[in-house]
Amino acid sequence: MSEVAEREPLFSKKNKKLITDPLNDTNPVTIQVLGICSALAVTVQMDNAIVMSIAVLFVLVLGNVIVSLMRNIIPGKIRIIVQLVVVAALVIIVSEVLKAYVYDVSKSLSVFVGLIITNCIIMGRLEAFALSNKPWAAALDGVGNGLGYALVLVVVAFFKELLGSGTLTIPGLGKIDVLASLAESSWYDNNGLMVLPPSSLVLVAIYIWVQKSRNKKLIEQ
Amino acid sequence: MAINKESNAYTIIFAVIMVTIVGGLLAFISISLKPIQKANVKNEKMQNILQAIGDSTLSEITREEAGELFNQYVIKRVVLDYNGNVIGKELTAEDEIDDKNEQDPFNVNMRGEYVSEPDITKRNYPLYVLEKDGERYFVVSFSGKGLWDDIWGYIGIKSDGATISGAIFDHKGETPGLGSKITEDWFQDAFIGKSISNDGVFKALKVVKPKLVSELKPHEINGISGGTFTSVGVTEMLGRTIEVYVKYFNANPGELK
Repeated sequence: MSEVAEREPLFSKKNKKLITDPLNDTNPVTIQVLGICSALAVTVQMDNAIVMSIAVLFVLVLGNVIVSLMRNIIPGKIRIIVQLVVVAALVIIVSEVLKAYVYDVSKSLSVFVGLIITNCIIMGRLEAFALSNKPWAAALDGVGNGLGYALVLVVVAFFKELLGSGTLTIPGLGKIDVLASLAESSWYDNNGLMVLPPSSLVLVAIYIWVQKSRNKKLIEQ
Repeated sequence: MAINKESNAYTIIFAVIMVTIVGGLLAFISISLKPIQKANVKNEKMQNILQAIGDSTLSEITREEAGELFNQYVIKRVVLDYNGNVIGKELTAEDEIDDKNEQDPFNVNMRGEYVSEPDITKRNYPLYVLEKDGERYFVVSFSGKGLWDDIWGYIGIKSDGATISGAIFDHKGETPGLGSKITEDWFQDAFIGKSISNDGVFKALKVVKPKLVSELKPHEINGISGGTFTSVGVTEMLGRTIEVYVKYFNANPGELK
């Protein structure tokens, strides 16, 4: 047991922070303002947002681990290209798997799966973290940032779908009618703006507002 | 002996090895998943064709079920030329769909021909004849262009060769909440009962500016507010394609029941 005690525990305080910080204090979307494009576009339905989040999480964690494992052999001159190849390969794998096993979702995500390659969160974490940290820490960092991204996407999608289409589409449960039947029969009508990308800007802004008012240290002086 | 990681030789060797490994891995994954992906596309097309007849029991079927049930309901499939004449061999439910057989109506790529063959008289027009509960239906497909990208669809025609029994539309990238509404039930269901011909004379279906349902003519369908260009695209592809089938029905009254 002494051997274990000498090592840093898997979930030390420092490691836990790698997961919890990106959810709030260093959220990749709302605080670092990375990966905004997909947050705007893939949030019309909950299921799309959830699958997109899982895809990004997968690419981020594996990309972080792979780059971290290779960090001592990657030539400095081409390190960005190496990172790009790793990310691109992972994204192609995700895209192929989606097409084979969740065809409907891959259809509605269309080009956005491919565009995960250009998601700044991923390259940002590879360059800033994975390249100089051990695999386990890099994996946790990937999980944290992936979840931070997912959190924003799912919250935005929740409001967009609820107010725009009156439904909530959750994988495995299908389309749940919340307000849609109301919109057909009575005074209530779905808000058409909510299904278009611009409404995400408003929702993300409100998210940042709420987040900063609850977490004062994020307010810039 | 330490390797100089900054040397050009190391960099090049590293790049070559990396690219080879990644390339091989991706090729392997692509090849192993290809059959499942192809089956998805194929089953989806079958699902659309079965759903297009507007039968309530078939409207809920899943993609996988459609793949199994297709040959049970589709009794015949043929390719027509622009004048409504049958090209090549008629295929029946006995003939399994063969991906390699370009003569198979199921393999006619409407979208590909729309893009690559500007002369509409030279395109192929597939027709599916279905039978469900003793009723005969014809399913026709079409492909065109919406506001941003491709739109396509299938409609089912009743055994009189004129009345529409159901419609399915899909699109690649129409505006969410506007043009994309062509995939919604209320738009597709509006086609049911509409007519493609009047006593054998072709009358193009028209997606019009929304008005009272009672004021619509038998070939008019209410369009989508804010989705004008998509509606125009639907009208265009229907008008261009369906005429062929009216010619076929007129020339082959025996097919109608």
